[in-house]
Amino acid sequence: MASSGAKKVKSKEKPGKSPAVLPTLTPSERVDLLRKMVLIRRFEQKAAQAFMQAKIKGFCHLYIGQEALAVGSISTLNRTDAVITAYRDHGHALARGMTSRECMAELFGKITGCSRGKGGSMHFFNKEKHFHGGHGIVGGQTPLAAGIAFAQKYNGTGEVTVCYLGDGAVNQGAFHESLNLAALWKLPVIYVIENNEYAMGTHQSRSSAGYPLVKRADGYDMAGITANGNDVDDVREKMWDAVQLARTESLPSLVEVKTYRYRGHSMSDPGNYRTKEEIAERKKESEPISLFKERLFKEKALTEKQYEEIEKEAVAEAEDSIAFAESSPEPEVATVFEDIFAPEDQIAEFRPPIGS
Amino acid sequence: MAVLTMREALNQALSEEMERDERVILMGEEVAEYQGAYKVSSGLLQKFGAKRVLDTPISESGFSGLGVGAAMQGLRPVVEFMTWSFSMVAYDQIVNNAGAIRYMSGGQYSIPIVFRGSSGAGLQVGATHSHTPENWYANVPALTVITPAFPDDAKGLLKSAIRSNNPVCFIENEKLYGFKDEVPEGDILTTIGKARVRREGSQVTLIANSASTHVALASALQLEADGISAEVIDLRTIKPLDIPAILGSVAKTNRVVIVEENKPFAGWGAQVAFEIQNRSFDDLDAPIERVTGLDVPQPYARVLEQAVMPSADRVTEAAKKTLA
Repeated sequence: MASSGAKKVKSKEKPGKSPAVLPTLTPSERVDLLRKMVLIRRFEQKAAQAFMQAKIKGFCHLYIGQEALAVGSISTLNRTDAVITAYRDHGHALARGMTSRECMAELFGKITGCSRGKGGSMHFFNKEKHFHGGHGIVGGQTPLAAGIAFAQKYNGTGEVTVCYLGDGAVNQGAFHESLNLAALWKLPVIYVIENNEYAMGTHQSRSSAGYPLVKRADGYDMAGITANGNDVDDVREKMWDAVQLARTESLPSLVEVKTYRYRGHSMSDPGNYRTKEEIAERKKESEPISLFKERLFKEKALTEKQYEEIEKEAVAEAEDSIAFAESSPEPEVATVFEDIFAPEDQIAEFRPPIGS
Repeated sequence: MAVLTMREALNQALSEEMERDERVILMGEEVAEYQGAYKVSSGLLQKFGAKRVLDTPISESGFSGLGVGAAMQGLRPVVEFMTWSFSMVAYDQIVNNAGAIRYMSGGQYSIPIVFRGSSGAGLQVGATHSHTPENWYANVPALTVITPAFPDDAKGLLKSAIRSNNPVCFIENEKLYGFKDEVPEGDILTTIGKARVRREGSQVTLIANSASTHVALASALQLEADGISAEVIDLRTIKPLDIPAILGSVAKTNRVVIVEENKPFAGWGAQVAFEIQNRSFDDLDAPIERVTGLDVPQPYARVLEQAVMPSADRVTEAAKKTLA
């Protein structure tokens, strides 16, 4: 198992709380993680095709290459824990258990989409699944995560919030303000930097001072943890520490996960800021699906034949989602005026009679 | 009926709503230990404790967004800006998060949050601290914008704002915190989106909000002395705008002066003027006049700032122009 120089978690053991060590998954549970990663890959490839055919419009940021990160980290959460992310959100949504159909339909702008066709690629939401977006402004979701965690703590639910952000977001003021508030008020939130090295087309070496990025945790006296985002097991292990810290001690942490995206920043990115050789090199040395698949082969948890089956199922599900999205109706134009205001069911004018 | 200052009326509203609903929390700079920069939150920490009355760091973007996240999760936060001038650094959180998440998610979330605090010019605090930002927030489709002028409305509207399931910008005016007037005892709720006629008249309608309502009322006295009967409408809520109340008065007086402290370009008065000419063109006997803050950054020196502020004299002059 890959180990990346993780910082010591500033955690004090508290006996009697939930298990201190990461529960071991059964072979079939491990295969499920791979299944999810493959599904995200195939879903994104189908989305890319549909974008090239102009069936998906606007911006479309693909998660290809980063699958182990969302799948590994979300696999350490309970069903009612909160997940929130930025605009590269398809992978997290699928990892959180949202259906391929509702996600693809949203990309197609259909009424059957997870946001009724009003959000698009960058604004997936599913409140029931505790997937709180899908946020378009870099770093803008980070204070929301602190607020969700604040409410979890206020209500004493024992739930935690995981907030993803890119390496480009670490220089936004909102992010630093959020870290400060989370540390100051001891909020059960985990900020996960998905460091894919490029803030759109600008390499991190040209956009950030102060490496590694996880050092930003030190300034706020938070636990700083690093993980290898190409290795789903390593992500799970390191995330578990952070999740336990939040759940048992209500302490936030900052987790920096090294990853790499194989596609452009968005579908409209020609990718002139890096060479094809660089991408090929990265795929060769650390492609997350192959890495995990080979490990499962070695563990005898998976056979070649079973893997082919997983691939087939993933392609079939992605294709089904395209068919569903295509055959779904457009939103009625009248829905443009829906979802602006919540019903005001609490206020009725009341004034005691004069003299009462 | 009790006579209260604006700040006492606001304090009562906060206290009663926090008493009524445990999900209501108050956060902002100096709201707890310091008892509020303008003493609006005085005594609330002692009454409700540090879990519900929270001093924040000077971090408007952070704590505004935190409030929105808490509202998404079912709490009903009241977020105080020491002044709305400081809300500029939280603009993204207010506009893109409070103002769009319900819509972007296809209606999955309610955002029951109140952003509130002081605003306004005229106290020689210079360009950065003198904003009246109701225009900026009224331009966001899903935001409600309330600007009370009197203590009774401040109390009734703040209570309604806290009970609203939608994000509300509740914009107070610093000049009014010490203003005293009668406030009914107990649980008063004022409907959001209804204007109030604060003075009846027959020859010209003065449409105002917040502190400008008091400028308009002062002008109405001047006009009365000159034998002119002016009606004063306090909009109370900028968004939604009470168009029927405005048109009803115009049908009666046929002349309009709009009084607003904010800068003129695309100010709410421009919207009011549009609505009147578009819906009641035939009722107008004269072009609509506007008295606004002058279109310059707010100056410090007293004589300069007084020249920039809307004044009763300027309103009276404008009213007479409509009657000429």
